[in-house]
Amino acid sequence: MLRSRLLAILAVLILLLSLGSLVGAQDDMVEIEYWQYNFGARVDAMNMLIEQFEAENPGIKVVHNSDIPYADFRTELAASAPAGVGPDIVTLYFGWIASFVDAGYLVPLPEDPFSEEFIRETFSPMVANSKYQGEYWAIPTAVRALALFWNKDILADAGFDPESPPTTLDEFQEIAIATTQNDGDPSDLYSITRQGFAATMVGQNHHWFRDVLIRQYGGQPYSDDGRTVTYNSEEGCAAYAWLTSFATEHFTGSNDILDGATNAFVNGDTALHIDGSFRVGTIRANNPDLNYGVAELPVGPNGEKHTFGSYWTHGITRRANDDPARLEATVKFLEFITRPEAGTLWVNTVGELPAQLASASVEELLMDPILGPFSAGLEYSSATFFVDESAQRQVLIDAYDNIRLGGMDPCDALDEAAAAEQELIDNFWADRE
Amino acid sequence: MEEQSGLVRTKRMTLAKKKVLWAYIFLAIPIVFFAYIRVYPALFAFQMSLHDYNPLAAEQPYVGFENYERLFEQLGKRKSQTKSAFQNTINYVLLGVPIQLCLALAISLMLNEIRFMSTLYRVMFFLPFVTSTIAIAWVFRMLYQPRFGLFNVILQLVSLPQQPFLRSPQQALPSVLALVIWQGMGFAIIIFLAGLKQIPRTYYEAAEVDGASRWHTFRYITFPLLNPSIVYLLVLQTISFLRMFAPVIAMTEQGRGGPLDSTVTVVLQTYREAFQSFNMGYASSLTVVLFALILGVTIIQLSVTSRRIN
Repeated sequence: MLRSRLLAILAVLILLLSLGSLVGAQDDMVEIEYWQYNFGARVDAMNMLIEQFEAENPGIKVVHNSDIPYADFRTELAASAPAGVGPDIVTLYFGWIASFVDAGYLVPLPEDPFSEEFIRETFSPMVANSKYQGEYWAIPTAVRALALFWNKDILADAGFDPESPPTTLDEFQEIAIATTQNDGDPSDLYSITRQGFAATMVGQNHHWFRDVLIRQYGGQPYSDDGRTVTYNSEEGCAAYAWLTSFATEHFTGSNDILDGATNAFVNGDTALHIDGSFRVGTIRANNPDLNYGVAELPVGPNGEKHTFGSYWTHGITRRANDDPARLEATVKFLEFITRPEAGTLWVNTVGELPAQLASASVEELLMDPILGPFSAGLEYSSATFFVDESAQRQVLIDAYDNIRLGGMDPCDALDEAAAAEQELIDNFWADRE
Repeated sequence: MEEQSGLVRTKRMTLAKKKVLWAYIFLAIPIVFFAYIRVYPALFAFQMSLHDYNPLAAEQPYVGFENYERLFEQLGKRKSQTKSAFQNTINYVLLGVPIQLCLALAISLMLNEIRFMSTLYRVMFFLPFVTSTIAIAWVFRMLYQPRFGLFNVILQLVSLPQQPFLRSPQQALPSVLALVIWQGMGFAIIIFLAGLKQIPRTYYEAAEVDGASRWHTFRYITFPLLNPSIVYLLVLQTISFLRMFAPVIAMTEQGRGGPLDSTVTVVLQTYREAFQSFNMGYASSLTVVLFALILGVTIIQLSVTSRRIN
């Protein structure tokens, strides 16, 4: 009795399974997989692009996996690769490209349509300059630069002109100090109720130091070939001391309070904030009523303008390369999401600037009160070549914590950071020569 | 032919033998599963530790003992993440295990005395143990918050200075440890209570007749007779502290084991090397060293502490 019933169940199961595979075999759809980490506005923008792409290419289905938090993104990629699953096309931070290329995870972009000539002519210079080992490995939809965000209500409340953001580092410091409020001991960061400025090394501020502040103090972060750390110079030390002084001397804010520096600005609790254009989308989604403005980064002692340019960029994986049909579909999709039209959709949804110069007329972007300062910055932006972005970032996070929590001298902390980072860079190149 | 001979053999089996055979057949399933899911990956880690193993790569070159050399080089440095990971892990064990066991013993002695609502109290102490560590860690993270966290609010109410807790390199480790001790205590209490129930009441009655003080009763009856429970817990809790991971990744900023590597553990460091820096080979060498450490500590504990039972 029992046995025959079991057999019957088995038979039904087998039937169902074979039916399923029949259905699967019937359609000739090529299915490709696209992965990015979860960042609300970017997920929305990509969903729109995929919808348009699928309408134009009925034979291709794009599976969009964006269900991965930023902190787990690399973990998920690492876990998927040995299992033989994962994306055909993946969006990576530009600073990660070297390590993914070294692992053989990415394949070079095909000459058609991504020839060097095409990239040089149509993409922003920071993209065109991103060759690694003589090849292009990834291409972005959008690029970003750093700029200054300021809260107009707080400036007005503290007696400053709400329409005049600080243009120099001295003004920046003055406003940050004057707008800070607390309900206890002024030298206690935890008593702050309204922040003037809070540095967040976990966020964008290590870039602000690395590519902006140190140059404005007359120093250089790295040697010209990028292989020697030079930020632990007298100038670098002065720049770093200036950056850390907000938490150690002037007590204008900290990433440890008010739900973190970024959220604090978005929630309207911080006067000044340094961030990328992608934060425009965050503010639009989470606090659309925030009365804020965006300006180019303040200039430093030598009067020079600098900003940090960066981008998330799409690469084709080894997995896609293994199957000609999928590779063809993947290249088609990559071409579609890097078109000028995609860049326009992207800037309107996410706030990141189109990577293709033709996407939106530069004039129009420059006139935009929010996006204008970022666009202006693209002209004088620079970017560090990272061998291991997260480890190099950690080095400056530790230096900052050593100063703030450990009471270390900024110059000593920076020396220690430089030594640690030099070791990372040396190890990276040692394997390649 | 074969089928028939098999049939004949089954017929010759007694009922008891048949039962045993079936038991083995059913047991084989979990054993195969266990071997594939736990034993094989563990052995695979040994193999990985001899390779420059990058999960993203198609090929994994053999490098011999290079990963171990790097590990010991890092341990020899004045300051390194690997060194902090080992130092912290040892601190977690040296502080955590004795505090947890002493507290658990004291509480179970009290629980053993009370009758009124004793079940309720036992449940209250056991509840944290069966609650998700991640959930508890996040609740504690909020309790430790500056300004608005409950602990700082209480400090404020009694006019004591605010404490940074998880945001200070000095206080972070004890703050994490407090949670782990509290959470794991329920398990130790249950084991101690079971041990206490095993001690015959007549011993206590005899001691009472002889006029022994409470301390003497504890010192000469309860403690020696609890020895098996103590040894068992000592070994088990040491291993669990050596393997600490979840509370640290959940309670520290971006799961980094900070500030300044003050809370990072060997397992967290392994995870970071393996899945964030993609150095699977180096990460595997860390787990192998941790394995050796656990094995060594367990052997020493068993041989030293179990001697006292007699």
